[in-house]
Amino acid sequence: MNMIPKHLEQEAVLYLDGVSVSFDGFKAINNLSLIIKPGELRAIIGPNGAGKTTMMDLITGKTRPDEGTLVFNNKIDLTKHDEADIANLGIGRKFQKPTVIESLTVWENLELALVGGRSVFKSLFHRLSTEQNDKLQSNLELIRLEEARDKLAGDLSHGQKQWLEIGMLILCEPELLLVDEPAAGMTDDETMRTAELLKEINKERSVVVVEHDMEFIRQLDTTVTVLHEGRVLAEGTLDQVQKNQEVIDVYLGR
Amino acid sequence: MEYLKAFLRPTIRDVAGRRMIMILAVVAIVVPILNLAVPQGHFLHVSTFTVTLLGKYICYAMLALALDLVWGYVGILSLGHGAFFALGGYAMGMYLMRQIGDRGVYGNPDLPDFMVFLNWQELPWYWHGFDQFWFAMLMVILIPATLAFVFGFLAFRSRVSGVYLSIITQALVYSLMLAFFLNDLGFGGNNGLTDFKDILGFNIQADGTRVVIFLASIFFLVLFYAICRFVVVSKAGRVLVSIRDAEPKTRFIGYRVENYKLFAFVLSAIIAGVAGALYVPQVGIINPGEFSPINSIEIVIWVALGGRGTLYGAVLGALIVNYAKTWFTGAFPEVWLFALGALFVISTLFFPKGVAGIFGGKALDAFNRAADKYRKRSGEANS
Repeated sequence: MNMIPKHLEQEAVLYLDGVSVSFDGFKAINNLSLIIKPGELRAIIGPNGAGKTTMMDLITGKTRPDEGTLVFNNKIDLTKHDEADIANLGIGRKFQKPTVIESLTVWENLELALVGGRSVFKSLFHRLSTEQNDKLQSNLELIRLEEARDKLAGDLSHGQKQWLEIGMLILCEPELLLVDEPAAGMTDDETMRTAELLKEINKERSVVVVEHDMEFIRQLDTTVTVLHEGRVLAEGTLDQVQKNQEVIDVYLGR
Repeated sequence: MEYLKAFLRPTIRDVAGRRMIMILAVVAIVVPILNLAVPQGHFLHVSTFTVTLLGKYICYAMLALALDLVWGYVGILSLGHGAFFALGGYAMGMYLMRQIGDRGVYGNPDLPDFMVFLNWQELPWYWHGFDQFWFAMLMVILIPATLAFVFGFLAFRSRVSGVYLSIITQALVYSLMLAFFLNDLGFGGNNGLTDFKDILGFNIQADGTRVVIFLASIFFLVLFYAICRFVVVSKAGRVLVSIRDAEPKTRFIGYRVENYKLFAFVLSAIIAGVAGALYVPQVGIINPGEFSPINSIEIVIWVALGGRGTLYGAVLGALIVNYAKTWFTGAFPEVWLFALGALFVISTLFFPKGVAGIFGGKALDAFNRAADKYRKRSGEANS
């Protein structure tokens, strides 16, 4: 069943309409509407408290909306699923703080994330096939950690951990990847590489990036949505939104 | 044969574990010879008392291995593992009680002494079947496994973890202790089960029987060690470690954390149960004291001292602490608890990785990793 209105000609990997949620009377998300098309790379910016993280929580099932529609892939009502379900449906989420398994090596981390074989029995007798091995290897190259293959994840730098986590998310093969402030705490060089990495990932899946860092957004070179007080303030290219007077007032001008 | 090789590979490739198994093999050959073939009074003679004592240590080592699997690898700090040990012990004790037959003090062929004493007329239903060795052995596995399954299912599904889980396991073992103290429960109350005569038709006091039980203990220790090694080097083992270090993350990449915890917990309970079953014929008694919370906490100390998350460290810790205990309680009985406490404090402060950590933990880790990698690569080559 198609859950999004017919007049939308294009398919939407993510469709939010009239979504609101409040905590103790504070409207964290206020009548938010947003459409992410398949294959899109979308950057979302906004001042602190604009509702960026809450929006991620809503999409991944961590928080339930008070009202509104959240639809994944035109037909799946996200308000009816929990976190694990949504992860398996194909929405990957990268949290702001990197979470990798520190006592395992980079390779072992990736192996765990590899799609399939989640049951106890299967993983007891699991052996990497040549095909899977190649997949891990190419993932390792994508996230540029070939050298660190056998290093413990706990010994990686902050930036490398972020990449490793992104690599793990890709191996789960989500259709939509939500990335929360990936460039926070990174060096300029790492920030640049992260932008390249996300663009690379975007070739195969839709990506939504929440970010503060304007330079990073500029490198992504894509549609930007500005959130403010839980709703969309402006949408367009970075240059367009930077010229928008409303946006300048609430965010960029400060 | 191919399967056996695949099963044993993780054990053989692990240098510390291999050394441990070699030492156990030497002990398994030498001790029985020195006990049975060397005449008493000869300075090389090993007394049956010593054999039994060693057998007891081996059972404790098995128990420590069981705890290390759940604590060292999954991070479940069980303060109630003595419960599974004691239940396995009781199942064995029930079999041994039924073997006494009419040789009890009251000479009743159908009822154990304590039931005659309580004026019971017939055997309770739950004692039926325990006169059969196979049935009793089945129960040695099934009873601890079932308890672990039910307990784990409820606890892990409702995401109870950390300190809260430790407290509940402690409560579990404590309530079992109180229950087993009751005469009406039908397990001998305060006195427990004792006065055993035969096992499988052999006199339980005889030197030969003692040696066989001792050898069986070593066999099961090695078998369970191999099983645990197989589990921890498999991908499932890495899932267990990732649950220990980052449970929400593991959930988020799609693993059913509760199932993995349940698997490790039940396997661990079975190992503890078998350890208890081998322990009882060697010490000749099982009573509710085995359920006392202190006992369960002591297991944690063995594992911590030996080095958690290494398996062989747990075995080592149990042997060292129990040997020290035997020596101390003989030489300076009043100092023992202080010595144990001091050992624990010193090891926590200076050797957080335990004895296994002192003996070149890093180097061994590196070796094990290299070996595991080799295993993986050769696995790839085969497939």
